[in-house]
Amino acid sequence: MELVIQSIINGLIQGGFFALFAVGLVMIFGVMGVVNFAHGELVMVGAYTIWLVHAQYGFPYLPTLLLAIVVVMGIGLLMERFLFRPTRNDPLGGLICSIGVLFILQVLATLIGGDGPSKQVPPPLDGTLVLLEFIRIPYQRLFGLGVSVLALLTLWYFLTRTRLGWALRAVALDREAAALQGININVISFIAIGVGAALAGLAGGLMAPLTNINPHMGHNVIITAFIVTIVGGVGSISGAVYAAIIYALFHTFVTVYLGGTVATICGLVLMVLVLIVRPSGIMGVRVSE
Amino acid sequence: MNSKPARIVLSLLLLVGLLLLPHFLQFHHQDLLIFLTINVLVVASYRIVTLTGEWSLIHAVMMGVGGYTAALVFKQFELGMWFTLPLAGIVAAAIAALLCFPLFRMTQFYFLIGSFAAGEAIRLCWIRFVQPFGGTGGLSGVEPPLIGDIDFLEAVPYYYLTLAVVGLCLFILYRIENSRIGLILHSVHWKAPLAESVGVDTWRYRALAFIIGSFFVGVAGGLKVHYLGTITPNQFGVGFMVFILIWVIVGGYNRFYGPIIGVVVLTLFDESIRSLEEIRPAIYGAVLIISILFLPQGLESIVGRVKRLFARKPAGGTPSGDR
Repeated sequence: MELVIQSIINGLIQGGFFALFAVGLVMIFGVMGVVNFAHGELVMVGAYTIWLVHAQYGFPYLPTLLLAIVVVMGIGLLMERFLFRPTRNDPLGGLICSIGVLFILQVLATLIGGDGPSKQVPPPLDGTLVLLEFIRIPYQRLFGLGVSVLALLTLWYFLTRTRLGWALRAVALDREAAALQGININVISFIAIGVGAALAGLAGGLMAPLTNINPHMGHNVIITAFIVTIVGGVGSISGAVYAAIIYALFHTFVTVYLGGTVATICGLVLMVLVLIVRPSGIMGVRVSE
Repeated sequence: MNSKPARIVLSLLLLVGLLLLPHFLQFHHQDLLIFLTINVLVVASYRIVTLTGEWSLIHAVMMGVGGYTAALVFKQFELGMWFTLPLAGIVAAAIAALLCFPLFRMTQFYFLIGSFAAGEAIRLCWIRFVQPFGGTGGLSGVEPPLIGDIDFLEAVPYYYLTLAVVGLCLFILYRIENSRIGLILHSVHWKAPLAESVGVDTWRYRALAFIIGSFFVGVAGGLKVHYLGTITPNQFGVGFMVFILIWVIVGGYNRFYGPIIGVVVLTLFDESIRSLEEIRPAIYGAVLIISILFLPQGLESIVGRVKRLFARKPAGGTPSGDR
């Protein structure tokens, strides 16, 4: 019983992180039609920023977190301007360009941090919250959960309550129709990838003190993001959030009882099953051709 | 320019060149030549899958299925390469046939992700189930065949063997593409509703292309494991799949020889920057981006341009080679 409750809490916290980067992937795909394979590497860059500036040079954690967001957002904006915009009419072009970015970012990380063992960042928040004498939550994880929820709520407010958010959703629904209504597609694309990359950077910054940091950490991130995106329904942001929480709980439980590799296999099989039974995902809308 | 005798002379020259090539190379480069020849089969078989317009991300894993089949059959039953190679192809095709049922319920983006998930699940099974797949360390001790006195452990004889098998497979693939089936596959890609309206079962042809491609890449996997002697799950991960995609796209996918040009040119390029060690992937990435931005039709479009330059009458009509 204690293990179950502890696993539920760990799963929820994990779900917050999953949601942050999966939502970014969904936004970029929805608005620009590009599968951003480099999304995991954006998370990696966020984590590396924390490691380099905070752990190596002793800069305080919170300003470094902001810096990580800005750096990753900058990379995202550059990608949109110089790669995704010229290849907008070529569905595979954007994907291949993002793979090129993936290679470049991995090499940059190796050059900066070396190819040695994975790096660890000591948690800036010490101590553990103990509830009911058996549930233990490190404050660092609690902080991560709080920030993720806050960021997702802000995003929800932006998308549903502001004109710019409406415009963004309009472009995701139908690009031509949105353009005919006078919405500037280039500006909206900038906003979508800016927000998506910023969330990835935030996720990387929050996860940095909790995981092993290495140039290849993006691989697991992108697999997770794909599973969450598909289960939630491609193009559905709320679906991605629910799917992130469901998948995180699922993954945590299977990991506890059967091990990490089996958990990932089960996740992938789950994803294929969702694709077969309900290709539009749990929150997706059925689109007729 | 395209007269029949000229073509025959050109093919003969190419054949002689390929046969003589290993004798001018050092051992390390002979090694590379064998892998390059195998990779030519990998991209050519991938082309059959992409003819219907579906880009799968499971091709690398299918090569692994062939490789693991060859390795297991060789180790369990001590059957020679003459049995393991066709068997590698058949098992890969059979698994592909099973996967058709879930995978081809999807198209395009969903198919891309679905095939990626299915492949990754198979690959993780090789890691998880140490018996019989050997876990992360994989399997080793797979030997090349021995015919009479010819020891295929040597690079040069194995190269000729590979060349023969790959040549045969390429010939079959070329004939398939230019047959009635190949034309239907093209029609499924470009005009699926029209093809359906004249009675083509698009699902069946998509599946057929996938199974044929998987068969030949399975054979390629068998060839690779018999030369290397070892097989590990990580040889067939996302990394290798990405390389297949890069070769095909940089080479160009509108003609049969596009992907082959891609794999040959990029392998030579990769070898020429070997001294740069760890920043090599970044240069690769940069080349990839540049070629997508400035050469969206792939390297094969250069061939087309040169041809038009030499042609007597000015080129008219559409330059693209879509059929």
